[in-house]
Amino acid sequence: MSLDYTNDKELHEKLISDVLAEFPEKAAKKRKKHLGVSSTTGECDVKSNVKSVPGVMTVRGCAYAGSKGVVWGPIKDMVHISHGPVGCGQYSWSQRRNYYIGKTGVDSFVTMQFTSDFQERDIVFGGDKKLEKLIDEVEVLFPLNKGISIQSECPIGLIGDDIEAVARKKGKEHNKPVVPVRCEGFRGVSQSLGHHIANDAVRDWVFEKTDSKWEAGPYDVNIIGDYNIGGDAWASRILLEEMGLNVISQWSGDATLSEIERGPKGKLNLIHCYRSMNYICRHMEEKYGVPWMEYNFFGPSQIEASLRAIAKQFDETIQANAEKVIAKYRPLVDAVTEKFRPRLEGKTVMLYVGGLRPRHVVTAYEDLGMEIVGTGYEFAHNDDYQRTQHYVKDGTLVYDDVSGYELEKFIERVRPDLVGSGIKEKYPVQKMGIPFRQMHSWDYSGPYHGYDGFAIFARDMDLAINNPIWSMHKTPWKAA
Amino acid sequence: MPQSVEKIKDHLPLFREQEYTDMFKAKREKYECGHPDEKIEEVGEWTKSWDYREKNLAREALSVNPAKACQPLGSTYAAAGFEKTLAFVHGSQGCVAYFRSHLSRHFKEPSTMVSSSMTEDAAVFGGLTNMVDGLANAHALYKPKMIAVSTTCMAEVIGDDLNSFIRTAKEKGSVPADFDVPFAHTPSFVGSHITGYDNMLKGILTNFWENTERAPAEAINIIPGFDGFAVANNREIKRMLDVMGVEYTIVSDVSEVYDTPTDGEFRMYDGGTTLEDTKAALNAKATLSLQEYCTPKTLEYAAGKGQDVASFNYPMGIGATDDFLMKVSEITGKAIPESLAKERGRLVDAMADSMSWLHGKTYAIYGDPDFCLSMTRFLLETGGEPVHVLCTNAPKGWEDKMKALLATSPYGAKTQVWPSKDLWHLRSLLATEPADFIIGSSYAKYLERDLGIPLIRLTFPIFDRHHHHRFPTMGYQGGLRVLVTILDKIFDKMDNDTNIAGVTDYSFDLTR
Repeated sequence: MSLDYTNDKELHEKLISDVLAEFPEKAAKKRKKHLGVSSTTGECDVKSNVKSVPGVMTVRGCAYAGSKGVVWGPIKDMVHISHGPVGCGQYSWSQRRNYYIGKTGVDSFVTMQFTSDFQERDIVFGGDKKLEKLIDEVEVLFPLNKGISIQSECPIGLIGDDIEAVARKKGKEHNKPVVPVRCEGFRGVSQSLGHHIANDAVRDWVFEKTDSKWEAGPYDVNIIGDYNIGGDAWASRILLEEMGLNVISQWSGDATLSEIERGPKGKLNLIHCYRSMNYICRHMEEKYGVPWMEYNFFGPSQIEASLRAIAKQFDETIQANAEKVIAKYRPLVDAVTEKFRPRLEGKTVMLYVGGLRPRHVVTAYEDLGMEIVGTGYEFAHNDDYQRTQHYVKDGTLVYDDVSGYELEKFIERVRPDLVGSGIKEKYPVQKMGIPFRQMHSWDYSGPYHGYDGFAIFARDMDLAINNPIWSMHKTPWKAA
Repeated sequence: MPQSVEKIKDHLPLFREQEYTDMFKAKREKYECGHPDEKIEEVGEWTKSWDYREKNLAREALSVNPAKACQPLGSTYAAAGFEKTLAFVHGSQGCVAYFRSHLSRHFKEPSTMVSSSMTEDAAVFGGLTNMVDGLANAHALYKPKMIAVSTTCMAEVIGDDLNSFIRTAKEKGSVPADFDVPFAHTPSFVGSHITGYDNMLKGILTNFWENTERAPAEAINIIPGFDGFAVANNREIKRMLDVMGVEYTIVSDVSEVYDTPTDGEFRMYDGGTTLEDTKAALNAKATLSLQEYCTPKTLEYAAGKGQDVASFNYPMGIGATDDFLMKVSEITGKAIPESLAKERGRLVDAMADSMSWLHGKTYAIYGDPDFCLSMTRFLLETGGEPVHVLCTNAPKGWEDKMKALLATSPYGAKTQVWPSKDLWHLRSLLATEPADFIIGSSYAKYLERDLGIPLIRLTFPIFDRHHHHRFPTMGYQGGLRVLVTILDKIFDKMDNDTNIAGVTDYSFDLTR
């Protein structure tokens, strides 16, 4: 169901010029290119994927976060070493809610923090010897691990360590994949390069070194770019299996290394988070001839369209099955919409997230009658903004790599009914008396993917907006 | 179909439904290529053995689940405790995203700081331009009264010199020449977050105290140290000092900034030690640190300025609070009023009421060095017997101090002290030599699950329980809170162990 509305273009243009007026000239000039108002005739043509302006409070993270935190970290039967000082691994320890099933510390290791905890002597003399010893210790203490990844922190690339040599040597000795990842935090301009580097490491150190014994079937598909946050990939998998497809791997939420190795045997790659895993899809297409397609499992409109588009890649049986799946869940969708739409109709939403969500969740909100007034990406590229154009309405405020200052001012002036962003944004927004949902961690709820997830999504947006607390933040004896 | 609109199931009940459990089973059997169940069982049991413990304790290079963070987390926390002060971290930007998230997840509050966003070119040419632009932008947008600069390991490895960079930035007009930009080098490969706290605090005091003549006065300075409970503890310390009539300055007071109201206004800055007070703090008669291991350099600096200095190890419980108050009284000449004596009596009263449930209970304790000392001391006062005390970021001298404390009590006779060990070590220690309870942070919930030993959350970070930090743990009042937290866990465990009707219900007493 498509919702018809436009946003206040003039107000949004004024907001942009107002915030830019507060910046020093050099920074204003740079930031101007990242802020815009969408129009149906043009594109969301904001500049993206360039360096953040120093000192403005960017929300972005780093390449390490993109590799260890996003791509590699969820692979459950590998030990992922945060190689360098203690902090990076500590702050990212168990924070992305990549759900998995396994005996943690025995055959699964996702919610653990393995680090070489660099000391001054490691910086001075190099960390390769320590890394070698560390890998041996991992082998003694965690013998059921299927492989090891070395996630480089900033110092590694600066002190000239040769982690590739260590990886080759130790991989041979222990006869298992040891994957060096050059995701030092200073590389690139955000998490994004970390995704790319991590994808390349899969290509070079997993695909090139293993040969999966999987016997390919006609309905074998891979779920790519789903990190199983709050169980998202499971709520997606269940639908694909119901329509008769075999999900032979999940990338990388709840994945085992065997699943990753099996990737090239798939008949079709289904990619959800395009930003973080398009690289490996393109590689599998070129090298192994596996086609790929994007899909969107947020909200019933997109789920239906995606199920049909996926089914179209297969035979009539699968197509018929897709219709059965859609029909099966229709009563649930209708019941959820009937219950929540009257409570959410016309409510306005501002988003600021990463990956695919600044566009992918738009329609899910619209399915509930809600309107998106502003959206933006932490670490998008130009192709993300092109794709966003199809999702947003005229006059939508678009902000790339927004600073804390800009976002605060935008929210203050627009005063949307809901803001969806991250933990760093949550509390400032709530202090303003504006409802908020974390859209990285699903605010500890989820899943939000699939039909099961849509019901939870609707419930959560309703509770965020309609909780009685929002009528209490004004002190009654103080004049307005 | 597992989902229904009448009772929408999120992850917790949803994935217990048959459709999903069947799917998990099939995924495992067909696609995961995991190890056989017997093998997993066998290795799992082995990880709890003495053999494993010995191998685990022999680790030299690998750190697993350490209980410490890196320097700039402490430096930015220390900076947040000053009036309208913006922490500015020079180096890679991802670090700042991590510090902000980490602090927000604990305090459930905004955490604002900025980065100079250095990238690959800055790694080659140095980050001077980032500093010059960054200070100008931060100053223009966030209008702070002070910008406190510290570093990430990237800037440290390439050797950026903060002093000269800040001077150059001022020359180029990034901030006014007289604008306060204290700084500290905070390499994350040295020490831990408590080291960063010390370095930043010393940097800030140096900024205000150098080239100033000290005019000794009567007030005293109190430095709280890195404390996840500071919101409430600082207020509790102030309350006690107020009832004593002591003049004081809390140096780095985060109690307001990490506890702002929800009333329609976002306060990026609130409270904090004023810059005037920070300047005047040079004249204090004495500087007292509530956490010795958070402040060695800062106290040395204060002593060098002619102040008396004294340090404590997180004054919590009876004896530690007594020591603190008596020292304050000794230094200031102010008597400890009867009201505090009464508070003390009430805490002793509560401990006496509950002693039979506390006596002989065994504990594993971990956390920052000062917390470990005071927690142990308080438990000894209750007749509790610590089995393990573990401190990942133990500085030199901590082990001796801990052993000396244990030697003062027969209840500490069997306690083992574990400096520079991590929580995976603790897993082995508890698997082979268990305790009744673990006292630590949220991270130990994995130990609780693996070993079935209940966790009592009493130190930073606490991510998975809300608002504990809003109640004090220091002083006699704080002691009551700690006592109740421990007792609740003891009683809950007893109830959980005795609640099967007709099987274990004979100990399910209504009154205890």
